[in-house]
Amino acid sequence: MYGKDFAMVRVFFLIMLAVSVVPAAHAEGRLLATGGATTIEGSAGGGIVPWATLSSYAAEGEWGGTVQLNYADVEDYQLDVVGATLNYGNRLELSYARQDFSLSRLGGSLKQDIYGVKVRVAGDVIYGELPQFSIGMQHKRNQTFALPQAVGARSDSGTDYYLAATKAWLDGPFHRTWLANITLRATKANETGLLGFGGDLNNDYELMTEASVGMFLNRHWIVGVEYRQKPNNLGFAAEQDWHDVFVGWFPNKRFAVVGAYTNLKTIAGAPEQKGFYINLQVSL
Amino acid sequence: MFRPVIMSLALLLGSMVMPAQAASDDSLYQALGQQQGISALMETFILEIADDERIVHHFEKTDIERLHRMLTEQICELSGGPCSYSGDDMVTVHTGMNVTTAEFNALVEDLIAAMEQHEIAVSAQNRLLAILAAMHKEVVNL
Repeated sequence: MYGKDFAMVRVFFLIMLAVSVVPAAHAEGRLLATGGATTIEGSAGGGIVPWATLSSYAAEGEWGGTVQLNYADVEDYQLDVVGATLNYGNRLELSYARQDFSLSRLGGSLKQDIYGVKVRVAGDVIYGELPQFSIGMQHKRNQTFALPQAVGARSDSGTDYYLAATKAWLDGPFHRTWLANITLRATKANETGLLGFGGDLNNDYELMTEASVGMFLNRHWIVGVEYRQKPNNLGFAAEQDWHDVFVGWFPNKRFAVVGAYTNLKTIAGAPEQKGFYINLQVSL
Repeated sequence: MFRPVIMSLALLLGSMVMPAQAASDDSLYQALGQQQGISALMETFILEIADDERIVHHFEKTDIERLHRMLTEQICELSGGPCSYSGDDMVTVHTGMNVTTAEFNALVEDLIAAMEQHEIAVSAQNRLLAILAAMHKEVVNL
C-alpha cells in the first residue's frame, strides 16, 4: 500500500521535474489561476466539481495541458488519482484519469478509468457579461466490477454528461476576486462510478447539481467551498452528497496546489468519512 | 435536501452581480496615489510592456510620451480623479490592431506587475482591473 503510493508519488515528481525543465512553448495566454485545478475525475475544475473553465493556460491558437496527482485520505478509504489533460485553443479539453480507491478497512481496492471531453460553448470566465459555459462528458470504465456487482450495480461502465457555468468577478464583495460555478450533471454513477453504474433502486439517468464558490485573497491564494449532489441507486447503502472546503495556491502558471478538508459522509455504509484531500498540478 | 444550498447560492450569485465601478467617489483615485501616483504607475506599466515580447510589437510606432500622458489621463478619470481623458475612444485606438485575448491578458499581467511594484493594495488593484476588463470588447479582435 505505502510502497505503491510512494512509487506513484515518485513517478509524478519525475514528470514534474521533466516538465519543469522543458524550456519552452509553455501555453500562457490566460490569466493566473484561470486554468483552475483538476478534479478527482480528471476534468479541470475544483476538487470534486468540473468547471466550465478548461485546463492549463492555453488561449486561442495555443496547445496546453496538465499532469496531476490527487490524493484523498478519509477515515476508511484512500483515493489516488493520476491524470493528464490536453487543451486546444481554450476550446476543447481532453482528459484521462485513473482512480484507485483503497478500502483500508476491508482490504482491496476499486479502480476505474475516466476519459473526459469538455467543450467551451460560450462566454468567458472573466470578460463580458455572460458566464463561461461548457458542456462535457466523462466516460467511466470500472476495472473492479465484482464488488459493485455484488452490491447491486447494473453496469461496469457509464457516461456522465454535464453543463457547467463559471463566472469570475474581478472586483467582487470586499474588493476581492470571486469565482462561482454551477454544474448540472446527468449520471448513473454510484460513488462517481467506483461502485459501478445504476442499481437496484434506480437504473436511470438523474440530474445532479454541483456548485463551487471561491474568493481570491490575492492573485495566488483562493479559499472556497464545494458541493456535489449524488444519486442514490444502491439499496445496500445510502449514497450521500459531498462537501469540501478548499485552499488553492497558484504560485505561477506552472504549478498549482489545492488542499481541502472534505466530508464525504457515509460511503458504502462506513460513516464519518472526513479527511484531507490534495491536488498537485503541473501545467504545460 | 439540496434546495437550501441552491437558494443560498442563487442569493450569493445575485448579490455578486453588482454594477461595475461607478466613479461616483474618488477613493480609487486616492488609493492609486492621485495624479502623481498614477503617472508613476503608468510609467512602470509602460516599462513592463516594453519588456514584454508578447505585445511590445503593437507599440513599435507609438509615441511613448503621448501614450504615457493619455494613460495617466484615462486612469485618473476612470478612478474618479479630477481629469478628463482627451484621447480617442478605445474602439478607434484599437481598430486594425487585431489584439487577441491572449495579448489583452498579457497587458493585464503587465499592469498587475506594475501595481505590485508600486505596492498598491489588492482591493485597489481589483477595482482598477475590473474597470479595464470591461474594455475587453472595445479592444480585442478589432
